[in-house]
Amino acid sequence: MIRSVRRYARIYGRLVAASVRSQWQYRASFALYSASQLVATLAEFGAIWALFARFGSLPGWRLPEVAVLYGISNVAFALAEAGARGFDVFPGMVRTGDFDRLLLRPLPTAFQLAAHEVQIMRVGRLVQGSAILAWGCMGLGIEWDATRVSLVGLCVVGGACIFAGLFVLQATLAFWTIESLEVVNIVTYGGNQMAQYPLTIYRPWFRLFFTVAVPLAAINTVPMAALLSRPELSGLPAPLTWLAPCVGGPFLAACLLVWKLGERRYASTGS
Amino acid sequence: MRPYLAVLRTRCRLLLQYRAAAAAGLATQVAWGFLRLMILEAFYRAGGPAPMTLSQVSAYVWLGQAFLAMFPWNVDADVRDQVRTGSVAYELARPIDLYSLWFARALAMRTAPTLLRSVPLLTAALLLFGMPGPASAASLMWFAASMLLALLLACALTVILTASALWTISGDGASRLLAAVALSLSGNIAPLALLPDWLGRAVVLLPFSGIVDLPFRLYSGNIPPENAWLVLLHQSLWTVALVALGRGMVNRGMRRLTVMGG
Repeated sequence: MIRSVRRYARIYGRLVAASVRSQWQYRASFALYSASQLVATLAEFGAIWALFARFGSLPGWRLPEVAVLYGISNVAFALAEAGARGFDVFPGMVRTGDFDRLLLRPLPTAFQLAAHEVQIMRVGRLVQGSAILAWGCMGLGIEWDATRVSLVGLCVVGGACIFAGLFVLQATLAFWTIESLEVVNIVTYGGNQMAQYPLTIYRPWFRLFFTVAVPLAAINTVPMAALLSRPELSGLPAPLTWLAPCVGGPFLAACLLVWKLGERRYASTGS
Repeated sequence: MRPYLAVLRTRCRLLLQYRAAAAAGLATQVAWGFLRLMILEAFYRAGGPAPMTLSQVSAYVWLGQAFLAMFPWNVDADVRDQVRTGSVAYELARPIDLYSLWFARALAMRTAPTLLRSVPLLTAALLLFGMPGPASAASLMWFAASMLLALLLACALTVILTASALWTISGDGASRLLAAVALSLSGNIAPLALLPDWLGRAVVLLPFSGIVDLPFRLYSGNIPPENAWLVLLHQSLWTVALVALGRGMVNRGMRRLTVMGG
């Protein structure tokens, strides 16, 4: 067990290093891509800041609190985006038949796709999200202890798992449709956009969807209830609110299970 | 003029084939519209005076979703590939003006998908999602006129984005950066009127507001019809300036063009 984990980790490291080296050959392009992502995400947060400046507050929430949610969601999304890029280009592989080659290799396909072309240009969103997260955490005005810090870390990891799971699901659909489904962007990119604000501001049907179907509430209002000591935000017993982000693990595992089901159905389209 | 009209017609016909993609895009844009609207509604619940009413914001958001395909957020991929492979040199052999050709292609790229998406989306928004109608007949008329200029402005920007490929050759980082800046400052993320006053006043003067913010505010009457001429003047001046800039870029870029390969 341990040996195989180490083996996978080594292979993963090699593949990632190779893809980073190849992207590093286009330094100017990398710099411009990262800059464009930085501009786009900065403008996004600029809009949040501007709306707070215009309206004074979002009912029940202060700017640093929203900044923490924004930071968690964006860092998690950037990590998932970097790690699950292979699933993004997967529908193209199905269409051309390139996926056959992955099946021939003695490694799980999901693993190969996760290691496929880790995009370093995602660093723009990562850096900006981390900065906003740090700024928000400092502005919360709470006593920081080890459990609170680890809760924020857990939120980032749990969120990354949820977003990665969604990317996997989106790709899995291509086993049936042979094309990429733009509609799923509603829960991936839309989910990220949604989770940048507290869930409480949305309409009930919308809140329900992002609690039950796509559990992004677990990195949003629920851990905030623990972090800010405002139990009314979640309606769950306190110990559960501290552990809520762990939901990301089972969610990702379930998505990978669906992936396996889809893979069994795969019939090559290549010529 | 004739060859450019022919390009426009054939490109439109080609782009209108992607109907399934348009249907999927439609669902995405509706969901996105609800999301943006709910966020802005929440801020309005805080009370406080705002330079736009909530119903004007609703019109603004739905118009933004309906005309999303019109905004200059991407380049003409075919032209970019031509530049990368060097086959753009063939275009020089044709007895036509390259800038006008690219402009005609941009016009098709910005018009056809927008037509496919905006009509059903606006119908649904007006009938089902509570989007308010135009403030008055005069507002509607000025809005329509202003949208035509917005289209030309968006195309002028699209050609500039595309022409940037003549310098960067590989990768479209530069054009993405430009597009990110243009979209952020256009009012696509939040209505420019809701920015802090000092910032909003400065950003409105830039060309990008003419694509999104100004025409949409004409529709809802947030800019009254008697001030509409200012909007049209802003859009016309910037369109002329950006067409001149794009033309200069294309001419200069083609002069220093080196085609490699045997």
